[in-house]
Amino acid sequence: MSLRTLLRHETILALVAVVLLVALAFQSSQFFTGANLLNQGRLMTEVGLVAIIMTFVIITGGIDLSVGSILGLTAILTGVFWQNLGLPLMAAAGLAIAVGTFCGFVNGFVITRFGVPPLIATLATLALYRGLAEGISQARSVRGYPDWFYVLGQGNILGVPTQLWILIAFAILASILLAATRIGRSIYAIGANEVAAFFSGLPVNRTKIAVYTASGFAAALAGVIFVSRVSTTRSDMGTGLELDAITAVVLGGTSIYGGRGSVIGTLIGLVVIQSLKNGLSLAGIKAEGTAVLIGLMLIGAILMTTVLNKRRA
Amino acid sequence: MAVLPQASTLSTRKPRNSCPFIARLMSDYGQECVIIAAILLLFVAVGLYNPRFLSTSNLTTIFSGNAYIAVAAIGMSMVIITGHIDVSVGALIGVLATISGTLAVSGYPVWVAWGAPIILGMAVNFIVGWLVAFARIPSIVVTLGMMSILRGGLISITGGTWISGLPKEFMIAQWKPFGLPFPIIAMVVLTLLAAWWMRNFPFGRSLYAVGGNPEAAKATGISSERRVLAVFVIHGAFAGIATILFATQLQVIQSTVPPNLELTVITAAVIGGVSILGGSGTVIGSTLAAILFAAIGSALIFVNVSAYWLRAVIGGLILITVLADMIRRRPKK
Repeated sequence: MSLRTLLRHETILALVAVVLLVALAFQSSQFFTGANLLNQGRLMTEVGLVAIIMTFVIITGGIDLSVGSILGLTAILTGVFWQNLGLPLMAAAGLAIAVGTFCGFVNGFVITRFGVPPLIATLATLALYRGLAEGISQARSVRGYPDWFYVLGQGNILGVPTQLWILIAFAILASILLAATRIGRSIYAIGANEVAAFFSGLPVNRTKIAVYTASGFAAALAGVIFVSRVSTTRSDMGTGLELDAITAVVLGGTSIYGGRGSVIGTLIGLVVIQSLKNGLSLAGIKAEGTAVLIGLMLIGAILMTTVLNKRRA
Repeated sequence: MAVLPQASTLSTRKPRNSCPFIARLMSDYGQECVIIAAILLLFVAVGLYNPRFLSTSNLTTIFSGNAYIAVAAIGMSMVIITGHIDVSVGALIGVLATISGTLAVSGYPVWVAWGAPIILGMAVNFIVGWLVAFARIPSIVVTLGMMSILRGGLISITGGTWISGLPKEFMIAQWKPFGLPFPIIAMVVLTLLAAWWMRNFPFGRSLYAVGGNPEAAKATGISSERRVLAVFVIHGAFAGIATILFATQLQVIQSTVPPNLELTVITAAVIGGVSILGGSGTVIGSTLAAILFAAIGSALIFVNVSAYWLRAVIGGLILITVLADMIRRRPKK
């Protein structure tokens, strides 16, 4: 696969995104306002952070289904550490993110050390981490955070939502890491042919553990931002997040079989999904209706690439 | 997906036991024996702590109330044995239950209300199976998408309302021939039939070949595409039967997706000894595992542990079982 085919997919997707934005702008006068677009960016951040690292995971040929549960667990722990253990909120959030990152490390460890397929390992930890969140919270929510904490999820810096800055920084760092460093190239090599990568002397297991740990970190960071945005913690937060993230990644042209993909593609995929959600809700269609569309898009996008690849081959 | 070289999936253990019957039993049904032991241990331990755990009404709840999970796990085991997975089965059962209940209260004959979920389950899974087998899209992606479609579609159409006023003759799960609840009979009969079919019939046995080594299966002349498609359709039929048992046990049907149902079903299959790498396992194991879970869920309540921990316990169990499976398969030096 040359760079040209990559560009082609992303160019097509970017065109689709532009057409979609224009169509939505005509359809509703509320859509193309600065306030609405910035607000959509705010809503996109949590999925965005997770989807960027999910791109890495899927390029290595793996998958991480536990991200939604890590988000939920981090959210619960932030509240519990702060309210029940009496830690300062900053320390509580930091500690919760550390635990979430460790959850990601556990995924990577189980996958590399024991050779468990990523799908099964993260399906098990999806249940385990969500279960821990439910068990620890006992269905109680934690509210009443100090005002400064809401700056993260509800405030603005220079007129742009705070978390959007984080997403932008995250995206730039991730793009550079994936496209221009040795670690990034090893990630592609592992996804393209893991055995060959191993015999070429690449640190396969260490790279994979790092990628799953990063995925845990992204989900944990998204968890704290989520709490700050909605002002409360609940143990069911982030349910189904993995589906949104995987859809964005796959829609963005990353091969589900590994070895191919880019961060920029994922970002365009995110924009397409978020504007569809927003457009549908402005048209009066509920969130559940959007879930149907996301499911169809996920299957449709892969079916299309499979058919196109078959024709090319 | 690149996979590092792995040990042969065939068992090379030689029975050294002096009693050939027990040796054979342990080598063929080792996991099943372990689960039976775990169930007995659980019943004795919790029963000593709180005798009400062993009351007839609680035992009926455990076995009869969860039979639909075991039935759904039969189909799921077949799917996993052929090397695939289905995370949409919970959403499918939710949708089928709503359709079945709606038909029953709209005055259609009960056989229509019972038949519809089976036929529709097979139809939906025909699409899934086709996408997996012939369009070659990984089953996790297809079924994740299908889960979102079914769940979103169900809630946006029904709004999560309750269906009540179900006709009396519809409630087959409350029927007790010979004093035994019908779901228990259905669970036992279906499990034994499926196990017999998978052990003694060419088509059933070929599923193990497809999951164990697709290349070899192909060389032997087994069309893995058609087997996979067939397995998904059969799985859909079992999901339909599970739906009937699920929808007819209470007087009302809540038209939402039962939470975590797919996870419970997958876990039952995996803990029952169905290898996550495909190619081995039996449906007897998955049914026993479904009973074990139901017993664990009930036991938590009887030993005063909050039910909110149930999912953590199940998640931990899957992880441990999967790790044990991987360690057991590791090449011996």
